[in-house]
Amino acid sequence: MSQVLSPLPGTFYVKPSPEAKPYKAKGDMVAVGDVIGLVEVMKTFIEVKSEKAGTFREYVADDACPVSAGQPVASLEF
Amino acid sequence: MTLKIKNPGLSTSIQDLGRPGYFHLGIPMGGAMDRFALRAANTLVGNPEEAACLEAVFMGPEIEFQAEATVAVTGADLPIDVDGNPVEGWTSFKVKAGQVLSFGFLVSGARAYIAISGGITTPEALGSRSAYPIGALGGVEGRAIQAGDVLPVGKVAGVGAGRSVPTELRRKPANPAELRVLPGLYWHRLTEASGTGFFEDEWTVAPEADRMGYRFKGGKPLEFVDRDQPFGAGADPSNIVDGCYSYGSIQVPGGTEPIVLHRDAVSGGGYFTLGAIISADMDLIGQLQPHTPVKFVRVDMDEALAARKDRKQMLQRIREELS
Repeated sequence: MSQVLSPLPGTFYVKPSPEAKPYKAKGDMVAVGDVIGLVEVMKTFIEVKSEKAGTFREYVADDACPVSAGQPVASLEF
Repeated sequence: MTLKIKNPGLSTSIQDLGRPGYFHLGIPMGGAMDRFALRAANTLVGNPEEAACLEAVFMGPEIEFQAEATVAVTGADLPIDVDGNPVEGWTSFKVKAGQVLSFGFLVSGARAYIAISGGITTPEALGSRSAYPIGALGGVEGRAIQAGDVLPVGKVAGVGAGRSVPTELRRKPANPAELRVLPGLYWHRLTEASGTGFFEDEWTVAPEADRMGYRFKGGKPLEFVDRDQPFGAGADPSNIVDGCYSYGSIQVPGGTEPIVLHRDAVSGGGYFTLGAIISADMDLIGQLQPHTPVKFVRVDMDEALAARKDRKQMLQRIREELS
């Protein structure tokens, strides 16, 4: 198992817009560089990308909730 | 000597002590959000205190040095790494040509200052190298740094490694952070109960807080004293006939979310300002992460001036330690 970490503090979102589906669901393939979520800070949305390839397991941070730098936001399986 | 930006981080910008003197024309002073940390970083590497540094917010950049230099990183606790080896913050270190400076995940604080011996020597605009992207002034062609930028640095011998700011002089926000406030001209617009509530409530830093202003959420909405709408003022009770804003002034549009105007502030507008953060605490705001709990603490002018004097003495101690 591997975790995707937020690179910076802010508010974490699992989907690109309120109406959209989450970026990833359980069982989805994840490639290196795939977008997993967004962090909002300073009126900017920063994409959180996976640094590893694997299979998406779950989000471990809640949608629209505060995250700190280095906090796990999702987990992957291999 | 030059620096090559391999990765800019998140809106990392060139900052010095800013361009005071143009606020009446709508051009803010700008400069480092945490001026104390910038002065300390420059002092550590033997630069004049006002030399231009890089201000990194929440994430560090990745920088390749094209020649030997002395470097220091102050401000936020952002783990520092040179070619894979950890380096201490608030302490000068040497880099060789070709070495790469990079950073880990932010531990505490918000903004790190990277000083390089000789200082960054991009062209000045209105007497400062500080980036003010809204006005396209300073920085790199008026903007924050980008990947691929090559930044010029002054040529100096540089001081030695291992010069360090004593731990007790590395100022950090408490938890909750306390920001001291001097009530101002429009304080009378609030009801007495609401004014008291403002200082009793715990607020948190809103994620949209940036160099223009720091917004806070979570306290009770403010209540205003009834009035007849003055000619020229907006209809909302938080509106005034347009007036000047000061750095640190606290406006509360609609009475809901206080905004502290910071280094890249707008110079005027139509919102009442309940008071101002005292100058001694402006640097602390620059080190607040989103969602940090904050208490506003009421002070009077004597306390504000005493706090300013304390800050000057801290700076003087750093100068003496490193002279």
